[in-house]
Amino acid sequence: MPSLPDVMTPEVEKLAAAQAGQGAPAPQDQTRDALFEWLLRTGDNALILGHRVSEWCGHAPALEEDIALANQALDLIGQCQLWLGLAGEVEGRGRSADTLAYLRDAGAFRNLLLVERPNGDFGHTLMRQFLFDAFHIELLDAAAASPDARIAEIAAKAKKEVAYHLERSADLVIRLGDGTAESHDRMQKALDALWSYTGEMFHDDAHDRALAEAGVIAAPSTLRAAWDRTVGQVMAEATLRLPGDVWQHGLTGAGGGKRGVHSEHLGYILAEMQFLQRAYPGATW
Amino acid sequence: MYAQLVKSEGAKSRDEMSPGEIAFQERIDRGEKIEPKEWMPEGYRKTLIRQIGQHAHSEIVGQLPEGNWITRAPTLERKAILLAKVQDEAGHGLYLYSAAETLGVSRDELLEKLHSGNMKYSSIFNYPTLTWADMGAVGWLVDGAAIMNQVPLQRTSYGPYSRAMIRICKEESFHQRQGYDIMMKMCAGTPEQKAMAQDALNRFWYPSLMMFGPSDKDSVHSAQSMAWKIKMNTNDELRQKFVDQTVPQAEYLGLTIPDENLKWNEEKGGYDFSEPDWSEFFAVIAGNGPCNAERLGARVKAWEDGAWFRDGLMAHAEKARSQRIAAE
Repeated sequence: MPSLPDVMTPEVEKLAAAQAGQGAPAPQDQTRDALFEWLLRTGDNALILGHRVSEWCGHAPALEEDIALANQALDLIGQCQLWLGLAGEVEGRGRSADTLAYLRDAGAFRNLLLVERPNGDFGHTLMRQFLFDAFHIELLDAAAASPDARIAEIAAKAKKEVAYHLERSADLVIRLGDGTAESHDRMQKALDALWSYTGEMFHDDAHDRALAEAGVIAAPSTLRAAWDRTVGQVMAEATLRLPGDVWQHGLTGAGGGKRGVHSEHLGYILAEMQFLQRAYPGATW
Repeated sequence: MYAQLVKSEGAKSRDEMSPGEIAFQERIDRGEKIEPKEWMPEGYRKTLIRQIGQHAHSEIVGQLPEGNWITRAPTLERKAILLAKVQDEAGHGLYLYSAAETLGVSRDELLEKLHSGNMKYSSIFNYPTLTWADMGAVGWLVDGAAIMNQVPLQRTSYGPYSRAMIRICKEESFHQRQGYDIMMKMCAGTPEQKAMAQDALNRFWYPSLMMFGPSDKDSVHSAQSMAWKIKMNTNDELRQKFVDQTVPQAEYLGLTIPDENLKWNEEKGGYDFSEPDWSEFFAVIAGNGPCNAERLGARVKAWEDGAWFRDGLMAHAEKARSQRIAAE
């Protein structure tokens, strides 16, 4: 069988979008759609990472960590409620934050691949958290400067929480990177394993560009320099080696969490998370 | 009650007491608080360590049955509330280990005893949480039973324990209300939800009654602990109070307490009720409950898997300290 070329060129993507009834939308509609996407992405990142972090509950390596992780999960679930709530409002089809969280299938989720990575050992969990926190703070900083007051308000609130998340995860990455030989080795392995999932955070797509052009929020690629600085400083202090220019998942072809093409892991997260809503449709809890 | 069968040390009659012990008992009788640096009989110290340690262990093992439903909570709000609640339990563990430390035992020593099976945690956490209604039942019944015991312990004679209990009680009453709120929603919901609520009550009723420990006639350690105000009420008193409080709450929900002998007794001004099956209680305490192996196994695994993490932090702290000394 001959190998098949990648048929999803930008032209084909446009055609496919047109066929799906989204062709040549009016500029306001385009911004609204892009904003809805951005809100799903931001809300889903918080939801899925919050879920992963909450899996540690009662199993962390020290009581203080149990408390800190529960607190972090709580912050993220709270942020997810606000972002998805606003997403439902912007969409205007009467979907609530709960409807969006519990009744979408994996293909409609827009979180980054990074946040659905399995917890692994505690080093993986901390490294995932740090890599995301360092991005999250820049994203919220940009969002807090949005002329859309609804976005700016949520971002300002979330920023305070995430500043603390970053302080904590950076501190632990440094201490464990520069701890024992074993802790160093585990943190390096975690960094190497997760690095391939960091590129997706800064990849601009049509929605990102539309929002940037409309002046709603800066494009993800503009957050890269600040993230590079933070990560570079922390890894240097942690005596960890940056993996450099390696393959990045989610940027080519049809893949990528931002486009709704996830890893196998997300299906299991949702199977667990959505179980009650799916098994007892319409019940009130 | 999160402390069961706590062995009390050094029961002595007044004639056998030294002058120091008599003076100590008189302070307690006057309602004075005993503080960490003050003299105390060795038996008082040991009994308190056992009781506070068991209580602390119960809080941290108690994260597990509820943690079991965090990832499956049915709404974002319920998920947030449950997370906050389980976080509180871990916080209670922290206060209590700190209170125990004031008696000269480290958290690591207490954990070692938990992991090796030499210290217990409350029998209730060895029961599984099988449905979402169990989150309601645990809050309503288990936290309800815990509060019954902990409210009087706010007046316990040992200062740090009493102060920890005051903070804990505030949070526990929020926990109980959130549990009851889940039950109200379930009972006002679909027939399946109501059935889930009834099933949860059926499974948690007797294990909740067991939380107060064996009947007074079989409770060998109570008298000395009560004289020292480490224990404020007898097991049966608290159990009766719990039943009397809970029956109307169940009626309000439209649920049936799984006890054919449950009946209001006008004469005593309380309900008559069936005793739990004490052979089951002792079996669970001995390690044969439905979840003993999983619960303790999960805690041991968390501790062992986390050794590199704790060692790494210690090593870094040591490096930082040496660097500071070198710089000075």
